[in-house]
Amino acid sequence: MSKTTRVLPGFGLSLGVTLTWLSLIVLLPLSSVFLKASDLSLAEFWKVVSAPRVVASYKLSFGMSLAAAAINAVFGMMLAWCLVRYRFFGKRLVDALIDLPFALPTAVAGIALTALYAKNGWIGQYLALFDIQVAFKPLGVLVALVFIGLPFVVRTVQPVLEDLDIEHEEAAASLGVGRWRTFRHVILPVLLPALLTGFTLAFARAVGEYGSVIFIAGNIPMVSEIVPLMIITKLEQYDYPGATAVAEVMLLISFALLFLINGLQAWTARRTGRDR
Amino acid sequence: MAAILQRGADPAARFEARAATREAPWVKWTLIVVALLFFALFLLMPLVAVFIEALRKGWEAYFAALIEPDALASVRLTLIAAGIAVPLNLVFGVAAAWAIAKFEFRGKHFLITLIDLPFSVSPVIAGLIYVLMFGAFGWFGPWLDTHGVKIVFAVPGIVLATVFVTFPFVARELIPLMQAQGREEEEAAIVLGASGWRTFWHVTLPNIRWGLLYGVILCNARAMGEFGAVSVVSGHIRGETNTMPLHVEILYNEYQFAAAFAVASLLALLALVTLGIKVWVERHVSRSGPEAQDGATS
Repeated sequence: MSKTTRVLPGFGLSLGVTLTWLSLIVLLPLSSVFLKASDLSLAEFWKVVSAPRVVASYKLSFGMSLAAAAINAVFGMMLAWCLVRYRFFGKRLVDALIDLPFALPTAVAGIALTALYAKNGWIGQYLALFDIQVAFKPLGVLVALVFIGLPFVVRTVQPVLEDLDIEHEEAAASLGVGRWRTFRHVILPVLLPALLTGFTLAFARAVGEYGSVIFIAGNIPMVSEIVPLMIITKLEQYDYPGATAVAEVMLLISFALLFLINGLQAWTARRTGRDR
Repeated sequence: MAAILQRGADPAARFEARAATREAPWVKWTLIVVALLFFALFLLMPLVAVFIEALRKGWEAYFAALIEPDALASVRLTLIAAGIAVPLNLVFGVAAAWAIAKFEFRGKHFLITLIDLPFSVSPVIAGLIYVLMFGAFGWFGPWLDTHGVKIVFAVPGIVLATVFVTFPFVARELIPLMQAQGREEEEAAIVLGASGWRTFWHVTLPNIRWGLLYGVILCNARAMGEFGAVSVVSGHIRGETNTMPLHVEILYNEYQFAAAFAVASLLALLALVTLGIKVWVERHVSRSGPEAQDGATS
């Protein structure tokens, strides 16, 4: 071992504290989800996680999370582009407030969005003229998920855009290529890994989101119930094995997404030559 | 606020100055208008709505909602939960960053992934795991019951859930920062005879103070604002196990909208202060530490 060349002290102490705290707070409690669900037989487990009401909640959660992440990918990139490339009044304020969904408690966001999109709300009353209902409908879930996912896309695309080498753009311009084609064939390929990372981060956050959604969703069984709410509902009925079974499905999906995000970030790092 | 609005040397100028990286004015302004409309619709309006709804019944009703005993109890519990969770995760974050940034060992990337884990777990599951551990039907439930210790549906459970959801914040800020700074300065101090603790206090801490502050601020914002995880373990006993976000929920479900938004406005102010400190820290870092950023890219 070449570890004898180690000059700095505190390796044992700091790693010890880290591993102890990690085990006590995260690993041991999380493992309880997988050990607890063994109270159910495989057939019972399958019955719980494939019940129609639960399946409806998967469809809503994943469908709306995908839609919200896609909307955020488009508008998040547009915002990142404007913040990096253009000068306009109030830019610093906009830049600072992009992180609002990280800092604003989800319950506060939830009731604020509900107030805006209710039938008599600021936005809801105009949408009502077109017979569009957002609050207490599946569309409400989408609005809440767009809110919480936006900073993920902006904050992953923005630094890559800032570091972008403009030589390629100049080369394209000198060859007489238009801006749109330059964007499409020169800039977008470099941004793509970061954009996909932001999309996946927003999606992963949206799937697990609870606080901002439950106020605006209306929580109608089979129509506007999200997966985390199914866990809460089962807990309130003291159906611990059922709640745990649904939680297991969610955790497995979260781990798969985490794996995907790690891969995407490594790809971003390779493509742009910058550290994560 | 004026500092935020004031335009200094905007790096965007270099793109606007060259024909090769400039779009036609109509493209530029269409993009800006669409992006800002989206921003206003999804970020600005909810924020403004909180304050307008909170003051809908006037200042008197606003303050009455804030000094009501259950509201005060919820503020107290939120401060207690954050007051315990943040220092614990601060110590953990510094220890983890020290181990990961200053030493080489196997499984480092895996360890970083594990530290990030709470970010990718739904808050509802974060609450559930403590119910499964310490609840009446949980692993330690019967034992805790016979010894008269209550964790779930009581304050310790709320603290545990808060610690879980804020677990990665400080570590996540410090690890890349300390990795970029390397270990030469600390090694020099040790070689010159300083003790480990002295090196940490006088060499490492001054170098990481802004990142540390930022991590703590983010950690605190999440600790005070957490809803899902705390909701599962709280039991919703008014005046006893309700944090501020839970109090907002109860008031809202009782159709006391103005009172709900009044308490919510305190949390929104906290969010604004958090963002303000973030901007302030970032300007400090970009002004005082360009060498740290060079280290990150080289």
